[in-house]
Amino acid sequence: MVDLQVNIGALSLKNPVTTASGCFGYGSEYSDFMDISRLGAVFTKAVTKENREGNPSPRMAETPSGMLNSVGLQNKGVEYFISHIYPSLHQYDTVFIANVSGSTLDEYVEVAERINDLEGIPAIELNISCPNVKKGGMVFGTNGESAAEVIRAVRKVYRKTLIVKLSPNVTSIPAFAKTAEDAGADAVSLINTILAMAIDAEKRKPVLATVTGGLSGPAVKPVALRMVWEAYHSVNIPVIGIGGIRSASDAIEFMLAGATAIQIGTANFVEPAVSVQVLEGIMAYLERHGFSSVRELIGNLEMPEGFERFRPKTF
Amino acid sequence: MVKKKIEDFLVTGNHRLNTEYFVLTLRSEHSLPAIFPGQFAELRVDHAGNPFLRRPISFFDVDREQHEIRLLIQEVGAGTQQLSMLDPGDTLNMIYPLGHPFTMVEGKDFLLAAGGVGIAPMLLLGRTLKQAGKRPVFLFGFRSEEQVFDLSAFEALGEVYITTEDGSMGKKGMITGHPILETGIFDGCYSCGPEPMMKAIAKIADGKDIFCEVSLENMMACGIGACLCCAQPTLHGMKMACVDGPVFNTKELLW
Ligand SMILES: Cc1cc2nc3c(=O)[nH]c(=O)nc-3n(C[C@H](O)[C@H](O)[C@H](O)COP(=O)(O)OP(=O)(O)OC[C@H]3O[C@@H](n4cnc5c(N)ncnc54)[C@H](O)[C@@H]3O)c2cc1C
Ligand SMILES: Cc1cc2nc3c(=O)[nH]c(=O)nc-3n(C[C@H](O)[C@H](O)[C@H](O)COP(=O)(O)O)c2cc1C
Ligand code: FES
Repeated sequence: MVDLQVNIGALSLKNPVTTASGCFGYGSEYSDFMDISRLGAVFTKAVTKENREGNPSPRMAETPSGMLNSVGLQNKGVEYFISHIYPSLHQYDTVFIANVSGSTLDEYVEVAERINDLEGIPAIELNISCPNVKKGGMVFGTNGESAAEVIRAVRKVYRKTLIVKLSPNVTSIPAFAKTAEDAGADAVSLINTILAMAIDAEKRKPVLATVTGGLSGPAVKPVALRMVWEAYHSVNIPVIGIGGIRSASDAIEFMLAGATAIQIGTANFVEPAVSVQVLEGIMAYLERHGFSSVRELIGNLEMPEGFERFRPKTF
Repeated sequence: MVKKKIEDFLVTGNHRLNTEYFVLTLRSEHSLPAIFPGQFAELRVDHAGNPFLRRPISFFDVDREQHEIRLLIQEVGAGTQQLSMLDPGDTLNMIYPLGHPFTMVEGKDFLLAAGGVGIAPMLLLGRTLKQAGKRPVFLFGFRSEEQVFDLSAFEALGEVYITTEDGSMGKKGMITGHPILETGIFDGCYSCGPEPMMKAIAKIADGKDIFCEVSLENMMACGIGACLCCAQPTLHGMKMACVDGPVFNTKELLW
């Protein structure tokens, strides 16, 4: 049996295959199709301080090899999460990681503080990269100083594993990854969706009610791969790779680029059991290539001769 | 709640009704789970990933003995066009049965008002009503005669009234202008089709103070309540059309 276990800071995952925030509900939506307990972890839908209704419809547009969404952090708030959702998570033998979102620094801090008290949740993913909220969200993730400030503030109150989810909507991933590390993150995850737009030519109208939304799915994979690779070479904390993963090969590519674990998002909508298929494909790959541990894949990328080891120019 | 399944169906028939509509017949190796009128399936159109997302399609008819289901589909874009090219012997992957079905309520006479491909869920609904000893009356709107297909399956269940926008068949105009809406006495109505049509039907039902349910066609990505893309504002907050709907009581909707 190959060793599949990976570590994200102090947190141990039984394997690197996890599902992305907003793309897997709270797990139960998928339990008819697969065994949730086989996952390394489940990242929950965003949790905010108060109930949020999200954005108006239409919230979705299909695009070549992907989709745009403008859901906008719809959730019932942290108190509801604690009283109604958290108790149901124990039935699965996997790690649940709460995706913490907000519009103000205080909101992030308050939600993180509340979730810190939940014994069954060993980590949070700080979402400073949602493109679909007017205030906060990506504003924190695309301004270095605000990002540092919110991460530091959360770090003060949150004592378990703190993962910071990075936005691709920045000019320098290395700079933001470094900012997160310096501000106290135990790991970074990337990418969140890419700010994008769809237009209905016949109606001469934007497709989404919010005009712009976030692009996800296979279309973003090459961009995400490059960004994960850059992040890996910029920090000394684990990187979690996200973006367009729908096969074992995709997942392995992210690990070779430097990811310690991966998240599967949009692909769940198309193939509800895709995460288990990815896990099985990784196991087969490891055996086929004679690896004894999945950790041997992390950053194990053979570079073309003469290629200088990655030296980020911008920080 | 019935467990949702993901399954490869065998295509056993693909029948063209006219230039726009076709009926796919699909067979399961297993006996079918309970399927109720108004429920739908998410069809995987192409394994090459183009179009990328699944397509939501209502159940048109179910033959439990043959383990067969039928889907009435209108060709509108790339996905439905690919579905129209399926041949007997091909397989089609589906997630099903999905969504909250039409509800059966007290009363005897029910109007089933649909426009275009909104007709799809009305056959199963009509049959279920009839089996429950109720009287379904169908009112269908088409653009023109070319869109109209053989409606004998409906005629076997109840009266069928037709309107066409150009008057080439049945009454001229929209279904909302059909005299049956004034002269008929109904205990409730069910509707599926373009949103303006459903809104108009809902308004008429409201005026008569009778029960009214509609089936919405919000854009969906997952179909199982995970992505929150198909949001529908209601009196009781944001609901998901794929799990709380697609069928909603019109009194609930914030239209
Ligand atoms: C619950 C539900 C049940 C449905 N039942 C049926 C049915 O029984 N028969 C049938 O023919 N169609 C049905 N539809 C509509 C069908 O899903 C769309 O027509 C189909 O997805 C279009 O795919 P396409 O690739 O051919 O077109 P696209 O190229 O994707 O789009 C063509 C046009 O169709 C519209 N469209 C695309 N996706 C949807 C969608 N999810 N809902 C509504 N409109 C859409 C778009 O606005 C666009 O203008 C149903 C939709 C829902 C939500
Ligand atoms: C419908 C939808 C909802 C999402 N909701 C969230 C969210 O609440 N919080 C978050 O951090 N990311 C959210 N995301 C982003 C995903 O977690 C992921 O970062 C992104 O989709 C890229 O991965 P993918 O291509 O595998 O989907 C959402 C994505 C989609 C498609
Ligand atoms: S389509 Fe995903 S929640 Fe309804």
